[in-house]
Amino acid sequence: MYETKYHKASSVDEAVSLMGAADDGKLLSGGQTLLPTMKAHLAAPSDLVDVSGIADMNGVGVRGNVISIGAATTHAEVAGNAALQNACAAVTDLAANIGDPAVRHMGTIGGSIANNDPAADYPAALLALGATIKTNARDIAAEDFFVGLFETALEDDEVIVSIGFEAPEKACYAKFPNPASRYAMAGVFVAKTAGGARVAVTGAGDDGVYRQSDMEAALDGNWSAGALTGVSVSADGMLSDMHGDATYRANLVKVMAGRAVAGC
Amino acid sequence: MSEGIGARVLRKEDKRFLIGKGRYTDDIIEQNQAYAAFVRSPHAHAAVKSIDASAAEAMDGVIAVLNGAQLTGDGIGNIICGWGVTSKDGSPMNMGAWSALATDKVRYVGDAVAIVVADSLATARLAAEMVEVDYDVLPVVVNSVDGLSDGAPQLHENAPGNLVFDWELGNEGPTDAALAGAAFTTEMDIVNNRLSPNAMEPRAAIATFNEADDHYTLYTTSQNPHVARLVLSAFYNVAPEHKLRVIAPDVGGGFGSKIYIYPEEIACLWASMKTNRSVKWTSDRTEAFMTDAHGRDHVTHAKIGFDKDHKIVGLKVDTKANLGAYMSLFSSATPTYLYGTLLSGQYNIENIYCNVKAVYTNTVPVDAYRGAGRPEASYVMERMMETAAREMGVDPAELRRKNFVTEFPHQTPVIMAYDSGDFAANQDQAMEAADYAGFEARRAEAASRGKLRGIGFSNYIEACGIAPSAAVGSLGAGVGLWESAEVRVNPVGTIEVLTGSHSHGQGHETTFTQIVAERFGLPTENIQIVHGDTDKVQFGMGTYGSRSGAVGMSAIVKAMDKVEAKVKKIGAHVLEASEDDIIIEDGAVKVKGTDKQMLWHEVGLAAYTAHNIPEGMEPGLKETSFYDPSNFTFPAGCYICEVEVDPETGTTQIVQFVASDDFGTIINPMIVEGQVHGGIAQGIGQALLEGVVYDDSGQLLSASYMDYAMPRAHDLPNYSVHHQSTTCPGNPLGMKGCGEAGAIGSPPAVINAITDAIGNNDLSMPATPAKVWAAIQAAGAKQAAE
Ligand SMILES: Cc1cc2nc3c(=O)[nH]c(=O)nc-3n(C[C@H](O)[C@H](O)[C@H](O)COP(=O)(O)OP(=O)(O)OC[C@H]3O[C@@H](n4cnc5c(N)ncnc54)[C@H](O)[C@@H]3O)c2cc1C
Repeated sequence: MYETKYHKASSVDEAVSLMGAADDGKLLSGGQTLLPTMKAHLAAPSDLVDVSGIADMNGVGVRGNVISIGAATTHAEVAGNAALQNACAAVTDLAANIGDPAVRHMGTIGGSIANNDPAADYPAALLALGATIKTNARDIAAEDFFVGLFETALEDDEVIVSIGFEAPEKACYAKFPNPASRYAMAGVFVAKTAGGARVAVTGAGDDGVYRQSDMEAALDGNWSAGALTGVSVSADGMLSDMHGDATYRANLVKVMAGRAVAGC
Repeated sequence: MSEGIGARVLRKEDKRFLIGKGRYTDDIIEQNQAYAAFVRSPHAHAAVKSIDASAAEAMDGVIAVLNGAQLTGDGIGNIICGWGVTSKDGSPMNMGAWSALATDKVRYVGDAVAIVVADSLATARLAAEMVEVDYDVLPVVVNSVDGLSDGAPQLHENAPGNLVFDWELGNEGPTDAALAGAAFTTEMDIVNNRLSPNAMEPRAAIATFNEADDHYTLYTTSQNPHVARLVLSAFYNVAPEHKLRVIAPDVGGGFGSKIYIYPEEIACLWASMKTNRSVKWTSDRTEAFMTDAHGRDHVTHAKIGFDKDHKIVGLKVDTKANLGAYMSLFSSATPTYLYGTLLSGQYNIENIYCNVKAVYTNTVPVDAYRGAGRPEASYVMERMMETAAREMGVDPAELRRKNFVTEFPHQTPVIMAYDSGDFAANQDQAMEAADYAGFEARRAEAASRGKLRGIGFSNYIEACGIAPSAAVGSLGAGVGLWESAEVRVNPVGTIEVLTGSHSHGQGHETTFTQIVAERFGLPTENIQIVHGDTDKVQFGMGTYGSRSGAVGMSAIVKAMDKVEAKVKKIGAHVLEASEDDIIIEDGAVKVKGTDKQMLWHEVGLAAYTAHNIPEGMEPGLKETSFYDPSNFTFPAGCYICEVEVDPETGTTQIVQFVASDDFGTIINPMIVEGQVHGGIAQGIGQALLEGVVYDDSGQLLSASYMDYAMPRAHDLPNYSVHHQSTTCPGNPLGMKGCGEAGAIGSPPAVINAITDAIGNNDLSMPATPAKVWAAIQAAGAKQAAE
């Protein structure tokens, strides 16, 4: 690891000003992605601003069907939150299956979505739930937030503070894990929301998380796994790598979507 | 005897591991310790034009940056291969020069170019990045088939066509004739996937040169510290043997990968002399993926023929073995004498011919990995048998049984002379445990749940404890493969056993203790096993090839024989009885039929005080044995795997795995079961998950656990492990060895089961969900077309 200066921020404002003052600062949350990258000498921030201890960025709030999750909330905290499980078990289940216990106790939702790994789980949930990403500066709709592979709408130095969404009528996430990394090779989050059916796919698309609109249309009239049998998923635009080619991933998207709907 | 042979004694070594007091190489801190980092080639093949270390050398805390020209200039020798294999035309193998630090050329990604020594690890690593190497990038070849093709990039000048050797075994003419006259033949292309060994503890070394007496000490992660010292001294000219102490302390797994002497140990020793500092290097995981010797990597075409009664008449095997960029220590023996010699399997086959072409490629060297050659052989044989059975429409178990060797000794046409076994008994036991008869009902039930269920057999045989030394010498081995032991009875009667074997997970401190406890009737806590230090232990050959039971423990038995003889003499003398009437039991030396006895510690004391021992007897009670077995041992067994495949995703779940092994005498069933579990886990890893992938430019794509899939608990079934043993006639304990069997026997069982489930035999390892799904689609498409 290259030399870096570590700062522990105690408020969002302090984090923002520390970042402003830094040469080439980086926010540090759970460190599960950033620290390995730094150890491999693939990133060399001059300053690290640790947001994990900021009170406003921690915890899960469930008020009726209005849900808010602090950006620095760990996967384990999300997975173990009883109120959230009642309101939307799809999200707690998703969190419970990220990585391994060590990762779940350090990694955070904010770090995950800021990183926007094309095989990460949370982006599918946020997109399907029509979540809003609240930063120190603005509110960003999930639609607009996830831009491409490892790319988001965040400006330099912008801090995600929390994630908000409304509990859907039904939701479920089905993930086919990569045999090596256990990240998603295809993860499909389906949600029956007030605004209609939403289907978001992670792990499979070559431009990151996306909505499978033909499946949404099929489910809108008929919320059932059977409704998806007629939908064909094209291999065009699918990722292809040593773990599976585009045809296989297209198949997985369809199978996982069916299982997600059946699991609701 | 509750702690003797056959007892499930808990592992004595586990306390220190469980309380975090294990002492691994990286735990050792020398005074004046500096840290090494290696400058490694980012290219798979390139000429090294120049190395500019000035920026690195100028950094604070950097002690030295040393390169290959300096290393060879100081007379440090090239890395050798310890087994000479002769090509079929009589020519010796083409060993390309391998310098610990590359001089003119790099040949794989990770090839070391320079060593940086610095005050801290962080500085060493940063400085390594600052070393500027000017490369001229050359074309690359990564697989054995391409390596042999016309116009392939050439790795070594003295190996035209990248051919290391073109070796044969058996009799080609009669084999061809037998196959031509066969009533049925089966022909297959078989790939044995390349694996990364992944010992939990990465390799490490800490080298200390002491200028006061021109002496070196090397702590290293070795399975065979004496061999390491011998090779470092005799071939690499690092230091003469009496000026070099090699210690392999606790070692966290080896699986073969820690047999070899790697560039890093050589460079650390030499750098320690150059800098007058202790030099420590610990591999990180990516370095381990890049530089630890890989395993397997065979591409084979095989043909087997049967007569009208389904008896095998001939087997012809053509294999291309990828050896990587250089010849590692035993790389030549693995795809030849540990592979071709096992191609008779458990079967009576009159005609076998095997041709192996070993090939240089721009990949990390390939060498022995748990099983070493025998997994490749059993995979060929057992895939062929299952496939032939399907093609002939006969029961695969029945076909095997019809061809079993039933009389011993049995001379195969490929060198090996099987000494014992009862293959049908193992098969019976496994089939009963697996409820083979009930399989079709289980298949139907699975189908009702939308799952494809399949069953597969593997009747493996392997060879352990390679020996005797004269025979392996005549086949090209550069070393003898005996083992040594010294049994030291202390004046107070406690015992130290110094063994040339090395434990890196096998549990020797437990099992070796058990045979001593049994022999003298002593509690195991009175016995200590000492290994892994060339200053303490007489020369020994180390642990690999499941040799520590059959060879290492036999040496202990032989030394105990000598101790016993002396004890009896002392007993007879002191107790005034005839030697023939002396018995040793329950920790005492007794005169048969009387109540006269000396306690064990009294004998020890008598031997060391020497006040009252027989006239002319030397004082003391310590005996040494160097034991050279008369033959290999032949563990064998029957494995049955049952799987359920999810046709929608191609995911395989192993729903049953039954093993019936013949290991001869079992000292500690708990440890043996652990070895079998671990071996099968590795075999299932190979079959379902693991595979090293290089891209066409020679970059290692599977360079971390993000891409290299290791088996996890949930990938593995509950094993059903059984034993059905015959005694090995070749050694005093009747042992055969159990360390590798699981990894040798399991892959074909898994693949046979999956191909049975999906109805498509065209499936290669690792059978990932993606591949299995594609094979299901292909089978479906084929069916639709028919
Ligand atoms: C072994 C392993 C397995 C894993 N498996 C999975 C898996 O199965 N599924 C999955 O989805 N993920 C997986 N992950 C990733 C894990 O979920 C990480 O937690 C996540 O990717 C990053 O979160 P973090 O809190 O650790 O972020 P960090 O590593 O601290 O930061 C990641 C990036 O986000 C930025 N950042 C952090 N917080 C904020 C913020 N509040 N505002 C703006 N930017 C911010 C950082 O600057 C950095 O660029 C795995 C990770 C590991 C190590």
